[in-house]
Amino acid sequence: MSSKKKKKLTPTQQKYQEYAKKRDPKRPVLSNCIRAFVVGGTICTIGQGLQMIFIKYFNFTEDTAGDPTVAVLIMISVLLTGLGVYDHIGQWAGAGTAIPVTGFANTVASAAIEHRSEGYVLGVGGNMFKLSGSVIAYGVFSAFIVAIVKIAIQWLGGM
Amino acid sequence: MLKGHRTWVFESKPVLLASSAIGGPFEAQGPLADDFDILHKDTWLGQDSFEKAEKKLLEQACEIAIEKAGLKKEDIQFFLSGDLMNQIISSSFTARTLGSAFLGIYGACSSSMEGLALAALIVNSKSAKYALAGTSSHNAAAEKQYRYPTEYGGQKPPTAQWTVTGAGAALLGQEGEGPRITSATIGRVVDMGLSDPFNMGGAMAPAAVDTIEAHFRDLGIDPSYYDIIATGDLGRVGHRIATDLLTDHGLKIPPEIFTDCGILIYGKDQPVMAGASGCACSATVTYGHFINRMKKGEIKRILIVATGALLSPLSYQQKESIPCIAHAVSIEM
Repeated sequence: MSSKKKKKLTPTQQKYQEYAKKRDPKRPVLSNCIRAFVVGGTICTIGQGLQMIFIKYFNFTEDTAGDPTVAVLIMISVLLTGLGVYDHIGQWAGAGTAIPVTGFANTVASAAIEHRSEGYVLGVGGNMFKLSGSVIAYGVFSAFIVAIVKIAIQWLGGM
Repeated sequence: MLKGHRTWVFESKPVLLASSAIGGPFEAQGPLADDFDILHKDTWLGQDSFEKAEKKLLEQACEIAIEKAGLKKEDIQFFLSGDLMNQIISSSFTARTLGSAFLGIYGACSSSMEGLALAALIVNSKSAKYALAGTSSHNAAAEKQYRYPTEYGGQKPPTAQWTVTGAGAALLGQEGEGPRITSATIGRVVDMGLSDPFNMGGAMAPAAVDTIEAHFRDLGIDPSYYDIIATGDLGRVGHRIATDLLTDHGLKIPPEIFTDCGILIYGKDQPVMAGASGCACSATVTYGHFINRMKKGEIKRILIVATGALLSPLSYQQKESIPCIAHAVSIEM
């Protein structure tokens, strides 16, 4: 906990928080890391395999094969979310399934399914990007900043 | 009658004429499955939303409790209920179905004992012949409102708890056969500054300890008076902290009588992390399991300390800490 936050707490609260912390089960960080590495790596390997299939059998080039590969991974992820399997895999794999594009697809699909009961406009449409909205907003914003920096450097004759 | 600072002693000892416990498919896999009146195979209960499913659970719980007591819903003079949904819709909509006078309450997961204590107070003061106290929670509806969509693949820490899908109701009357409500201790809000919504047990333990201590101090009795002292939904993490805190404060509760509904309801093989939570946790375990054991004569006196975390999804996002409360009700055969 940050020291700034700690200052606001009374001595009794601080004492209790230390008392409780000692009795909390620890997050299994090492096994979580290993699981995330294995599952995340597996997803990426599947992606690589898909990309090779698209290049070899469907006349894609290394530059263009990325799009259909991502599309297939997204479809698999959305399907597993709809079948109610993805959250169980996510609990086991942690960051392994959250970080790749499959995790992003899951946030959109799960929110869309969840709010189906409130109708298509206010429910599905309005809540679909509830979780992924900030990823999109800050993703686009940081891309914009990076692009400006790149243009500025080029303009100054840097590249 | 008030005794001590915040304990009510009910001289006329309102009778718990009937009680009911309804559960979902996950509860059916647990060790207490036999103590439920109805166990649903489908979390949707044939409804088109989780919220409607929760309302259905509560309606059924009320219906069964009334039926078991051999009464009709017109006989119920007051209905007290609370739940976790925004604006306690499950309770209000059930009250609409019942048609009796309704007092909506909110104490998060402590609503079960808050309702029972107030119903006992109403019956004890002869303000009603029959009063019904109910509460419900639904795993998916609670996840949707408080956390993430149910199918979202986020990883939960080992301190997280699983919201019970179920409902429980207790019907109190002035006279009749059955366990009696003898006293109730109303809790204070205790906030130890914890703000992790995935560790409710740790946040609520001090509130439970505060109410338990007040109960024994006000009544001047010893924990050995009870056969079971059960907290509502502290789970394994909170139960351990509460046990240690009570020991440190010099109140020795024998470990064989001190338990937690959130630990009892699910088996060790079920993936619920630290245990169960939700209004229905203490309600179904008390109104199903414990009342059945009392009727079988296995236990005679129980103290249920239902714990509640009074946060909202908004307050948590605004970095507020979690205020907690616990209400204790003693039931004796």
